[in-house]
Order: sequence, then structure tokens, then C-alpha cells
Amino acid sequence: MKSFGYTISKDRQIDYDNNDRRLVDYIEAIEPSILICMECGSCTATCSAGHFTEFSIRRLHTLVQRGETRHLRKEIEKCMLCGKCQLVCPRGVNLRNLILTIHQALEKIAE
Amino acid sequence: MTFNLFVLPFILGLIFLIYILVKKNRNWIHAMDPIDRKKLKVGFRSPKLILAIKEIFFESLLHRKMYRKNPLLGYMHMSFAFGWFLLILAGNMESRIYSGLWINPPYYPIFLKFFIHDKNVLPFEIFTVPGFFKFSMDLLLMFILSGLVLAIIKRSHSRWFGLKKTTQHQFTDKVAMICLWMIFPLRLLAESMTAGAYGYGGGFVTQHVGNVLAFLWPLSDKDIAYSFWWMYSLSLGIFFVTLPYSRYMHIPTEVMLILYRNFGVTLKNPQAFISEMEVLSCPRCGVCIDVCQMNTAAGINDIQAVYFLQSIRNQQVVDELVTRCLVCGRCQEVCPVGIHTDFQRITLRESFLQPQKQDFSYLDKEENSPGAEVIYFAGCMSHLTPAIPIAMKKILDVAGVNFLFLDNDRSVCCGRPMMLAGKREQASKLIEKNKKSISVSGATSLVTSCPICFRMFREEYGLDIRILHHTQFILELVKKGRLPLQAYFRKVAYHDPCDLGRGSGILDEPRELVRKIADPVALAQEGKDAPCCGGSLGLLNADNDERDLIIKDALANYLSGDAELLVTACPLCKKTFAKHSPLEVVDVAELVAGAIPKAS
Repeated sequence: MKSFGYTISKDRQIDYDNNDRRLVDYIEAIEPSILICMECGSCTATCSAGHFTEFSIRRLHTLVQRGETRHLRKEIEKCMLCGKCQLVCPRGVNLRNLILTIHQALEKIAE
Repeated sequence: MTFNLFVLPFILGLIFLIYILVKKNRNWIHAMDPIDRKKLKVGFRSPKLILAIKEIFFESLLHRKMYRKNPLLGYMHMSFAFGWFLLILAGNMESRIYSGLWINPPYYPIFLKFFIHDKNVLPFEIFTVPGFFKFSMDLLLMFILSGLVLAIIKRSHSRWFGLKKTTQHQFTDKVAMICLWMIFPLRLLAESMTAGAYGYGGGFVTQHVGNVLAFLWPLSDKDIAYSFWWMYSLSLGIFFVTLPYSRYMHIPTEVMLILYRNFGVTLKNPQAFISEMEVLSCPRCGVCIDVCQMNTAAGINDIQAVYFLQSIRNQQVVDELVTRCLVCGRCQEVCPVGIHTDFQRITLRESFLQPQKQDFSYLDKEENSPGAEVIYFAGCMSHLTPAIPIAMKKILDVAGVNFLFLDNDRSVCCGRPMMLAGKREQASKLIEKNKKSISVSGATSLVTSCPICFRMFREEYGLDIRILHHTQFILELVKKGRLPLQAYFRKVAYHDPCDLGRGSGILDEPRELVRKIADPVALAQEGKDAPCCGGSLGLLNADNDERDLIIKDALANYLSGDAELLVTACPLCKKTFAKHSPLEVVDVAELVAGAIPKAS
């Protein structure tokens, strides 16, 4: 009877013990346009790398917000920097610089 | 007597300057790789030397490129450079004739009038032109002083010289400039006072000025003249000492740079010495400031090539100087010294940005496509503007070209966006992947719709097949009669994409193609002067508003005429302009596809 009905997964985003804000603070200071993202997913839909492999910039955004550096590092290495995402972004997020800044932030902020 | 203590500042300054220059040049030659060193050895004994000297004469002395920019600006530079050069040359001839020796102390020609005050003309001149040297030395001094007057006027009225904005100079530049400006009036005063005190020995200017001074200033005697000789020598000495630390270092460096360039020593990564030479060759004239759209459109006026190069020289490079640049190549195009500002910026990005790992292993699984005669590569950006590949498919089908659409489903990026972000090494994986799929296909021509890819394929891929932008390929098809076209004369404005026009020199083909179908209007800025659309992938760090300002400013160039359609040859330009353009924006391929008669 144990697995009857709904299962509930814990929302990690509000688990403050696991949320490392250092990364997002660093990125926000350098590329504040990350703040205007509304997570519409246009970037992911058009992504060149995303057409070859599982790669979602929207997910990157979430990972940054959660400060999950381990997953982030693996993900971000897939980007080809082609810049299509930036052209389709309806909010005008400076995506190429955001990606470069995330790289930089990962280098500077140790896990 | 041919020595006096006052010559010491000049002599010491000169020795210091020569020491620094010899040291620098020795370092550069040491830093050369053996191939370049061989080029240098061969170059000195080849006709290239004559070409180099010719270029040095025209550019370093006459300042021909400055003349083209603005005649007044050109004259000002020429009067200083060529005038001073002639003054040194004539002075040396004059002093050698006086002393009767082939070798003089170096200060002797400079301060000749202090040592010698001839009442009459030189004995040898009796048989030639009497007073020739006195006359010509005065004339040359006047020539330089006229330039000095212009230089002073230019400080407040730079617009008369074709410069809207001028360089903000640093402290050392100002000190060196003041010394340089002082040299010639002090020479005039020293020579005049000496001539006035003796009552003879001056030329047509110095003698008269000297007489007037002697009349106005009853105290005027040889002692006052002597103090002016000291000041003249001091200004020369201080100028020589500050020269290596100021913008005037461009004078000796540019000469060597022109020499090396003519011998075939080119700027390449990671050879730093020629890059350093370019940095030192920047005279900070500021011609790059007015063409920079970051300045003219977005009001960002501290990152232009002149400040960027200055920051490299001062080792004070900051993030903004490296990342806030369109890499459009406009400054490079107008630079009178021919400094490769784009290359400098990208190279610095490589060392400046953190080493960043990339992992493109997911591309390894990709299978390569079968063969065809022609490969069509649309490029990432063309997938955002599907009308372009659709038009290309129609054109290639109508012309009966046996082609393979290499990136029909999805594109592996060419790698240039990575390179522009300073990730040359990381881009190599993408290059490798694309090269493999191109070579497997066995094609003899590679046609691309994207100027960014086009430039990358040409410059970095080392492919041994023909690489064509689609405008070139379509024009070929039209010329061979394989593509029937129906002109529908509409007035259009053609925008040259940076990487196609300035970057790769493809200016005529797209125009010729457009002219076959429509009527291109004349524009204020076109061809190599065309503005960047503002969408450049080279600009890493600019917010959306700044970009919009650049886009709107660039659009103004195309909207001023009576064009009904904005035509470009780049998917990125198209996408960028479309955001703000009241006119419809189309690619040349779309224009051509629309002009194919229905029957065919």
C-alpha cells in the first residue's frame, strides 16, 4: 500500500541548505541581463548544439539559480557559442556573454 | 671651436634614444622564427627593399593616407615629418661643407648657427646658388612652423581636420608633445637672436626676426641667445628621452614595421614581436574613433582601437577593452598605419578570457553524408532565416546543380563565433568535424550562405576545394546562362556584411548580381565603408539597448535614400535588421529566387 496514490518529490529549489548563491551573484554582477530571463525556452528551441545532444540553456538557467555547479560544468561545455539563442531571445538577454560568464564563474568559484 | 656645454642635453637624449631603439630592434629580431629571419635576410638584397623605401617615403614622411583622410591633416603631418627630415638632411649637408669633413659630431648640424656666423655666402656657393643653404634651412623651418600652427589650431578645431572626436592623450604623450612643439620655435629664436646679436649670418627669416628682436629688446646680446640655445637643446633632449614612452615611438617603429611587412614578415599568432611592433606603431591619431560605431551610435567612447592599443602598451588592459568591440574591421580599414586591430583584439581575447573547456564529443556520433559535386552549407544563422536556404534550394534546382545540402537538418557551427570569443583552440574540434564531412563528400566546391562561415572556411580550414559565398556562385550560374532571370527594377539598398565585404573583399559580385535584377541606390556609406548591422558576434559584451542603438544607426544609412527594399547577403544581418527596419529585408538569394521566371 506504500506506493499508492501520488508521490511527492522534494522541491530542491527552496532547499536553502543546498542552494549556493555565490555563482548566481557573481554572474548577475557581470551579466545582469540574466535577471530578465522569463524561461520561455526560445533559446533552447533554436540551439545548434541542442539539435545534436541533450542540451538546454533553459535548464542551465535553472542550474545557475540553484548553484548546482557540478551539473552545470558538464552542460556548459557543449555550447558552440553560435549565438542563435541571443537572436531569438524575446527579452534581449545577452546570452553569449552569459555563457562566457558562467564559464568564468565556474573557474573562479570553487566547488 | 666646435663644442659647447649646451649640446649635452641633446647628445645625452640622443644616446638614450638610440640605445632604446637598438635594444628593441635586437629583441624583435631575436623573437623571430627562422623562416622570418630568412625572409629578412633575403629581403634586404631584393627589389622589395626599394618598394619598402618607397612606402616609407610615402607613408612615414609624406603621410599620403592622412592626405586622403583630410588634406589639412595630411599637410600638418607632412610638415612635421617630411619637413624635419629635410631639415636634418640639408643641415647635415650644410655642416659637412662648412667643416670640410665627412664625419661631424652629431650635434654640429643641429646647432650650426651657434658655431658659425658667416657674414657672406659660403665660398663654394659663389659658383652655384648664393645663400642656398641659409635660404633653404629657413624655408624648411617655416614649413615645419606652419605645421605647428595647424597642430595648435587642431587642438580646438579638430573638425577642420576631418576629426569629430580626437584622442584623449595620456600624460607622457602630452609632455612629449609640448617638447616637440617647443623645438622649432626655440630653434627659430636661438638662430634669430644669434643672427641679430652678430648682425649677420641668418637667413631670410632668422636675420630679419633677429634684427627686430635686437631692436625691440635692447638687452638682447649673445648671452640671451645662448640661453635659447640651451632651451633648444633641452627640448630636443627631453623629447628624445620621452619618445620611447610616448606615442611618438610610432616614428621609428613604423619604419621598421613597413620594412618587415614588405619583406613578407606577417602578423601571426602566437608570434608576439610583430604584434608588439604594431602596438608601438600606433600614433594615436584617433582616425579610428570617428568610424567606430560603438562611439558614433552607442556613445561608448573609451574602447576604440586607439585606447585598446594604448592599454596593451601600458599593460593596463581591462575586460571592457577586450570584449566591447564589434570586430567589424572599420577601424582597421581606415588605420593609416595598417594596424590589424581585429587580429589584435581577438588574440588578446585568447589570453585574456579564462581557459575554458569545451566538450563536443557528442558530434563524434554524427554520420557523414554521401558525395556530390557541390556542397551547400547554409550555416547556423541561415536556419534562423529559412527563406534563404529555401531560395538557395530553388536556385540550385533550377540551375540543375548536383548538390548536397550538408546542414539541411542541423548545423555544426563553423567555429568562428568561438574564435571571436578567443577560443581558437576549442574551435578546432568543430573545424575538424566540418572538414571531415566536407572531405568525405568529395565535392569540388563549397557554397555557403553565411559570410561568417565563408570567412572561416577560407581563413582557417585549409581546404583544397573552391570556397564560394552564394552570391559568387549564383553569379557564376547566371553568367553561364544556367539561371534565367527576370529583372523587376525596384530600388534597393545593398548592405555589405562585414565578413563578406571588408573581411573577405567580396564587394563586386553581390552588387553585380543585384544590378541584374534591381536598381541599387547610392548610399552614404557602402562597400568597405559600410556600417556593421550591429548584430556582430564579435561584440561579446553589450546590453540589448546598446546593440539597438547601433542597429538603428546603421539602418539610417540605408533608409536615407528612396530604396524600397533592403538587400543583404548575410543571414545574421538580415535577422538583425529585420528587428528594426521599416523596409522589408531580404537576402540576395531571395531576390534572385524571386526573379526566376515561373516557366523555368
